[in-house]
Amino acid sequence: MQKRVLVIEDEPNISEALRFILSRNGWRVEVSADGKAALGSLSADPPDLLILDLMLPGVNGFDILRQVRAYDDTRTLPVLMLTARGQAADRIEAERLGVTRFMTKPFANADVLATVHEMVQT
Amino acid sequence: MPRPALTGTRIRARRNLRGLRQAELARAVGVSPSFLNLIEHNRRKVSPQLLEALAQALAVSADALIEETDGRLIEGARAAAQRSEADLAELERIDEFTGRFPGWAKVLAETQGRVERLERVVESLNDRMTHDPYLGEALHEIISAVTSVQSTASILTDSEEVDPDWQARFHRNIVQDSARLAEGAVALVNYLDTAQSDEAGLAAPLEEVEAWLTRLGFHLPEIEQGRVDADAMVQGQVELASDASRALAQQWITRFAADAAALPLAELTAALDETGLAPEALAARFDVPFDKILRRLALLPETCLRDAGLPPLGLVICDSSGTMVFRRAVEGFRLPRFGGGCPLWPLYQALQRPLVPLRKVLVTAGRLGRRYLTYACAAPVGSLTYDGPVALHATMLVAPLAVGGADTEAEPVPVGASCRTCAQLDCIARREPSILVAGG
Repeated sequence: MQKRVLVIEDEPNISEALRFILSRNGWRVEVSADGKAALGSLSADPPDLLILDLMLPGVNGFDILRQVRAYDDTRTLPVLMLTARGQAADRIEAERLGVTRFMTKPFANADVLATVHEMVQT
Repeated sequence: MPRPALTGTRIRARRNLRGLRQAELARAVGVSPSFLNLIEHNRRKVSPQLLEALAQALAVSADALIEETDGRLIEGARAAAQRSEADLAELERIDEFTGRFPGWAKVLAETQGRVERLERVVESLNDRMTHDPYLGEALHEIISAVTSVQSTASILTDSEEVDPDWQARFHRNIVQDSARLAEGAVALVNYLDTAQSDEAGLAAPLEEVEAWLTRLGFHLPEIEQGRVDADAMVQGQVELASDASRALAQQWITRFAADAAALPLAELTAALDETGLAPEALAARFDVPFDKILRRLALLPETCLRDAGLPPLGLVICDSSGTMVFRRAVEGFRLPRFGGGCPLWPLYQALQRPLVPLRKVLVTAGRLGRRYLTYACAAPVGSLTYDGPVALHATMLVAPLAVGGADTEAEPVPVGASCRTCAQLDCIARREPSILVAGG
């Protein structure tokens, strides 16, 4: 069965590129630019993987990650955080909140695919 | 603060170094051996004439024997030692070290000073990278555009065939992001070019006002003379380069003028001579709010403070959000350029208890551990209404305390400038790791 990934990213051109490379890699890709709206659907119908931007308008990536880890249905959901902020403090905070993997932008497509593959055996 | 004890110790160390007996040196300078013995054991003060004679007999400069010069060396060596994790049992012999090896002590003190200066640069740059909102947003915008271009270009150059519709879409995205990248880069370069007008960058109106007041020594003579034309006072001031900074400067001039009118210079300095640094007594005597007296004291001419036996004073004012809206730094008590300060400053605690005056002794964490006596109070600004919002300004006066000076009854609270650069790792109020400490 096709695995499903939710990409929460407010930069449309980045999420479009992610949608393309992941789709081509066999994933069913859903994209949301609105973290608050995405949170509702996450617990109702959890994907197999969440790719999460840190800097989002309104609810930021840390807030979303905190909620994801609080819900029973998504407590163990693999989460890949992609961020333009590569500061150690952000990485430490993401790890404290239970992120599975942390990657900084700009990223190589091949690295994203390899990381995703490691996180969820497709 | 006089420390004759150090002078006596140094005289003894120098005499021993030259292999002179106490009686020989006493004879050479024309005093009795017993009197020299008392001096060397720090039980008698040394007159300037005798100090000169002793220096001549010991073939050193008088400076090498008096406290002022060696005090700096001792403080520098002590600061360096406090950074070390090595066994510091020898720290108690620091006088002997600086007395016997003044050259090495000077090297150590200078190195320590350089480390501290470099740390301040790191702190400033880190503050800027971390908290300057414009810089943060500009860099985020550029990195996002670069990410999109890189990822999209990589897709297009892949060997796998890309559907023509997707190709067209990706080409359009690359054109968009390239334009965005170019605009972002130009804006960033312009911003950094402007910022280079100052060593650390004048990034905001508040900083322009600070630079202006710093040049003036935080003192505006027109205010003391009652000739206040705020509009005229801000014209032609090179630091006040923007309309925003001039408007801000006018607000402060108006506020300081009101403070000066309520607390005239001559009367205040006379009262200060009597009370010393006692804002509560001064506020009662002049029947003015506590925060007004704090502002006024910090902006008195340094000559007035010196005449009253006081050092230059620092002042920090923040609004209800904790954002600093006025800063006057004081030696050793660092104030972050961006973002919040140390949560343990009474400045922030005052916000929780408006109109209640606070008094705390603070000690800077790590390093030299300098102590400061601080007073703080928060008060409403603007007109109060029954149902409208209440805006507060908290004001904190910072007075350096002499080493070993008074006001030691209270246990000092260890504080930093901001968590990023604070060495107090186990602080209850820490909000992020420190960059200056290994493992932070």
